[in-house]
Amino acid sequence: MRKLLVAALATLAPVWAQTIVIRNATIMTVTHGTVKGSIVVKDGKIAEVGDKVMEPGGATIIDAGGQYVIPGIIDCHSHIAGDGGINEGSVSVSSMVDIRDIVNPEDFSIYRALAGGVTTANILHGSANSIGGQTVVLKMRWGKDATGMIFEGAKPGIKFALGENVKRSGNPQGGRGATTPAVQARYPATRMGVEDVIREAFTEAKAYKAEWDDYNAKVARGEHLIPPRKDLKLEPLKEVLEGTRYVHCHSYRSDEILMLIRVADEFGFKIRTFQHVLEGYKVGKEIAAHGAGGSTFSDWWDYKVEAADAIPYNAALMTKEGVVVSVNSDDAELMRHLNTEAAKSMRYGGASETEALAMVTLNPAKQLGIDNRVGSIDVGKDADLVIYDKYPLSDYAKVQKVLIDGTVYFDRDKEVSGLAAKAAEKQKLVDKLKQQQTQGGRGGRGGRGQ
Amino acid sequence: MKRYGILLGCSIAALAGTAWAGTNDTFLIRDVDVYPVTAKEMKGVSVLIQDGKIAEIAAKIVAPKGMRILDGKGLRVYPGMIDSATNLGLAEISSVRESVDTGELGDFMPQLRALVAVNPESEHFGAVRVNGITSAITLPGGGGGGGGRGGGRAQSISGQAALIHTSGFTWEEMEISRSAAVQLTFPSMGGRGGRGGGGVPPEVADLFGEAGAAAGGANARRNYEDTISRINQFFDSARQYKATKAAKPAGFVPDLKLEAMIPVLDGKTPLAVSASQADAIHDAIQFADKQHVKIVIMGPRELGNVGPELKSHNIPVILGRVLALPEHEDDSYDAAMALPTQFYKAGVKFAFGTFTNEFVRNLPFQAAAAVGFGLPADEALKAVTIYPAEIWGQSDKVGSVEKGKWADLMITNGDPLEIQTKIAHIYIKGKEVELSNKQTRLYDKYMGRQ
Repeated sequence: MRKLLVAALATLAPVWAQTIVIRNATIMTVTHGTVKGSIVVKDGKIAEVGDKVMEPGGATIIDAGGQYVIPGIIDCHSHIAGDGGINEGSVSVSSMVDIRDIVNPEDFSIYRALAGGVTTANILHGSANSIGGQTVVLKMRWGKDATGMIFEGAKPGIKFALGENVKRSGNPQGGRGATTPAVQARYPATRMGVEDVIREAFTEAKAYKAEWDDYNAKVARGEHLIPPRKDLKLEPLKEVLEGTRYVHCHSYRSDEILMLIRVADEFGFKIRTFQHVLEGYKVGKEIAAHGAGGSTFSDWWDYKVEAADAIPYNAALMTKEGVVVSVNSDDAELMRHLNTEAAKSMRYGGASETEALAMVTLNPAKQLGIDNRVGSIDVGKDADLVIYDKYPLSDYAKVQKVLIDGTVYFDRDKEVSGLAAKAAEKQKLVDKLKQQQTQGGRGGRGGRGQ
Repeated sequence: MKRYGILLGCSIAALAGTAWAGTNDTFLIRDVDVYPVTAKEMKGVSVLIQDGKIAEIAAKIVAPKGMRILDGKGLRVYPGMIDSATNLGLAEISSVRESVDTGELGDFMPQLRALVAVNPESEHFGAVRVNGITSAITLPGGGGGGGGRGGGRAQSISGQAALIHTSGFTWEEMEISRSAAVQLTFPSMGGRGGRGGGGVPPEVADLFGEAGAAAGGANARRNYEDTISRINQFFDSARQYKATKAAKPAGFVPDLKLEAMIPVLDGKTPLAVSASQADAIHDAIQFADKQHVKIVIMGPRELGNVGPELKSHNIPVILGRVLALPEHEDDSYDAAMALPTQFYKAGVKFAFGTFTNEFVRNLPFQAAAAVGFGLPADEALKAVTIYPAEIWGQSDKVGSVEKGKWADLMITNGDPLEIQTKIAHIYIKGKEVELSNKQTRLYDKYMGRQ
């Protein structure tokens, strides 16, 4: 039996995993300060951190002299790596759809995010409806297939949304009162309606759960029954009620944040994170009391009415109120410099260096329930590490290398030195195609490949 | 009694007001490090500001009796920064049409003046000033990113861009140059068509051009040439108008549109020409040659092979966001970050613009990001101070800390492009600008929530 297990583990172990020592680095651990020294990486995990370490023989050495190492950056709000649309907005409740089903491992944004130090991202459904689709946590393992990207063991989530985006479908162009609205209005059109949609859904979900609980109890007592009908819309909401699925809720204004907290209280579930939460600073106390996290932008504001009171002090203020705060991107570009987005919380509101760094590492890990695996440089955690050429909380810093599970997935030196070869390869392909065209092939299939 | 007290209070305030009127833009900064940008830094010197202008910079200046003295020990003086592409004052919340005054109807509208629609109370001014941006180009067209275009289609000439201070009670007080440029949108052959990662590279698109050229491609070419020819016709009629006007015929009736083109034809006002692709830049240069006008290229996304052409024609460039995604899917991940370095190496003069309202305050951080990818630090600083002043023809007034210029100053504890640097004071025309704004007020209010 044991032999079998070892054999199984051996096949599971990634063949590329090797022993690596990162030497002479300034290591910002997040959990226990900054250390000057080395990190030993073994079997994809952090094996040792300190000013003096035992360097295993045959280890690959990365000399990070003058450079900085931080834990891999975690983006708690992203929409990259989706194959096409991520907004199933045709219904007010679309909990039956799942981002996991449309992961596109070939999206360039993954590599670009990686080059910006991101190792893990929470990929969310869009914000068109009050209760949106299911979410998935990915590691930016560029080159792997969709399954290989998924952060194994991370608890699944579901996207909720409040406010303007949700109301938009209830207020189609031409106005609600127009005689011939261009598009059929979809409920809800107001924040009152948003609350109702969520309460209606959870009223249904509660009844559904009761049906299943009753069935399961009877089966446990030895009764033989036909199980209740499985409802794919209510199943994830049942999981929310059971605490096995996280709610990540898009929100802006303080009134709607408070509303959802009270609805959650009423139905006995928890909001794991408020996303964007630009007015979170107004109700930090209530968010903290509920135990929700806040995942916000550093300084976005005024692009819509509900963002008019957004302040760049939000992250620091919510932190002071005791909320676990992360800074996210919601954007394939912003995602590439979350280190400086975190640094802004030092500039605005005076967060400490560790508090700031935690906002893009340990705190999002906590919010996603994966802080036992990632988010800090601690022995036993996944070797998800980013090496910067300069102090990472400066806007002059750039990423040099990124490791995920102890494997180097991005290396700037290789990227730069490989540019000429890539250009030549592209030219070769272009020339080949040109040649085919002049031979009358016109890019058709006939001339290719023998 | 109470009333008397209030009256007395008022008269004292009024007296104080009068007493300050002559002196609040007259003061001495002592023992400070001056970074003029146009010359080497001077450590531990004094700067005399008189009537809003820099009167003297010297090792020791004896202050006239009663003059306000600011101790600058440990602080640095830099010129205030200039953002060369915004919609500041013209657009408040980009998604709310009623709050947006960019993008008038009409194809050729050079007579429109952005300056007269600048709302001095726009909350954006407060947000950008605190980060050291003391002046900005505000564009009449949608190109500044603040808002969309009006009811009509894309314009060719959208009006006169103004160079303004970011503080003042009226737009007249804010004016530096009411007609810094006339904004021309140059037609482009194609758009970004690719999925997420940007458009298909032109050399690849060309290959598939066989079918495309037969239908859409040929149309696009025809539209492009039609637009160019319409623009040329407009310029020709302006030239004709100028000649007619000079001949002073009896019964001459001015034409405001064509009248507004005379400074452009005379080479007094440059055309701010948006052109993102290299071939569009090339065409814009050809156009400028043909029409004998001065141009500034706005927002190029690539240099291509037009470097020598830009340099030999002395055409300056306003570079957009440094932290941006690559234009094409097979571009290097850092194409946008490395672009300023390419322009620098090509010997092309450039300044930075954010092409937004919400992110104007990030101008210094955008400049710093370019330094991370190869741009010399002093060039980055010049590209947000003296270079834009020169490009917009106002370097006798702003852009550096030099005798005779307006005291548009930021006083910091370090490098102004560094995200961690704190700003101690901002002066615009020698008047100290409040470091509070809507956002700090909300911060203070909610910090005080028990």
